[in-house]
Amino acid sequence: MERQPPPFFNRGPAPLVRLMFFAVLALLLMVLDARFRVAEPLRAGLALLAYPIQRVAMAPVQLAAGVADFFSSQVQLQRENDALREKQLQAAKDLVTLEALSAENAQLRRLVEARERMPRKSTLAEILYAGRDPFSRKVIINKGGREEIQPGLPVVDDIGVIGQVTRVYPLLSEVTLITDKDHAIPVQVVRNGLRAVAYGAGDGASLDLRFMAANADILNGDALVTSGIDGIYPPGIPVAKVSRIERDAAYAFAKIACIPAAGTDRHSQVLVLAKDTNLPVAPEVEQTPVRPAKAKRGRRRE
Amino acid sequence: MIEDRPQRILLPVNAGFMALTTLLALLFNLLPWRDMVGLPDMLALVIVFWCIHQPRRMGIGAAWALGLIMDAANGALLGQHAFAYCMLAFAAVQLSRRLLWFRIWPQALHVLLLLLGTQLLMLSVRLAATGAFPGFAWFAGSAIAALLWPAVTFLLLLPQRRPETVDVDRPI
Repeated sequence: MERQPPPFFNRGPAPLVRLMFFAVLALLLMVLDARFRVAEPLRAGLALLAYPIQRVAMAPVQLAAGVADFFSSQVQLQRENDALREKQLQAAKDLVTLEALSAENAQLRRLVEARERMPRKSTLAEILYAGRDPFSRKVIINKGGREEIQPGLPVVDDIGVIGQVTRVYPLLSEVTLITDKDHAIPVQVVRNGLRAVAYGAGDGASLDLRFMAANADILNGDALVTSGIDGIYPPGIPVAKVSRIERDAAYAFAKIACIPAAGTDRHSQVLVLAKDTNLPVAPEVEQTPVRPAKAKRGRRRE
Repeated sequence: MIEDRPQRILLPVNAGFMALTTLLALLFNLLPWRDMVGLPDMLALVIVFWCIHQPRRMGIGAAWALGLIMDAANGALLGQHAFAYCMLAFAAVQLSRRLLWFRIWPQALHVLLLLLGTQLLMLSVRLAATGAFPGFAWFAGSAIAALLWPAVTFLLLLPQRRPETVDVDRPI
């Protein structure tokens, strides 16, 4: 006769069995997420589930900011007003020259029958919060798939590039900052047009220019802008400034660190730029049949 | 050593209160902290607390699900928190019979080790998946969480300390 414990002693599977089950499930999810990207629907569902909790968590902070705004003193407002007026005067002057220059530029482009660059559509978004994941640099913005945000779109602020949309949920999307370790952005040195690729250093405050020859013409303080050859970032947006160069004869490449130009951790308003629809068609990759040499020889012998 | 302090008989726990405190801890973790380092992981602390005090109600499965929500909300590797939290819950459930015989500060020391182990697990998982090292300040979060252990214990046991009926003529 089989002896069963009374039902009130029954606690389900042993803890070790349960641990194994859930740990294997988690490991499986991690592999699927990191290598194959098939867990995205699950992630989107979970993010939607967490969305109300996040909105509630945001509320006290927004309330505090609102109260602080309300009590900001008149002196402060006056000062801000003066500064803005001065800035506007300068900007007006710049604007006039800019208009003249852009008209001239357009004419020149027409002259050389260059493809006119269409101004991109852009969406204003607000940074809700930074991901609490200490291993990556990401922020969450409040525009998602409903506002036609797509993965891969560049995100800029009033100074320069801050990153790229990497995941889109219905109501939110995730922006990987240019300082993230897995992020690369093609850049160009303003001074001499030298092209390079800047990688995030992962420490949240700097970028590296990797694979630049030790004798490359780069100086401290050089400004880097997007080169635009990737077809994702529009050309000419400030990215970073070179802050430190180490040239060591023992290595083929120089170590170049840069400080991002845009406030990757300061601003809360950003612009998401739409895709450039005016891109030239990518050249087709030539399909050369790859055949192992041995097999060829064998066939010839027959 | 045990006989010299009174042992309180607690009321049965309210499942709604457990769910509420867990939700509050999740809310704390999802507050927009921007790039502040050394933040305590309150959710992990509350999971440890309920796993130790109520191992039959809070367990590995619940910790796993909460970890998954943390992953999705933070854009971390999906399963990173889930993996670490289910290990944490397992360790806490295994320790639950032994840990409550200690006084409060030795308990906090145990909790510190549990939380540090969780962080090490997450670190090894992320370093394997080409993450960056977040710096040693990140581990300060566990120390702060362990320092909060006595306060958390006091607060979360508060509803169970309430006397059921006040009877002035009760003999004992």
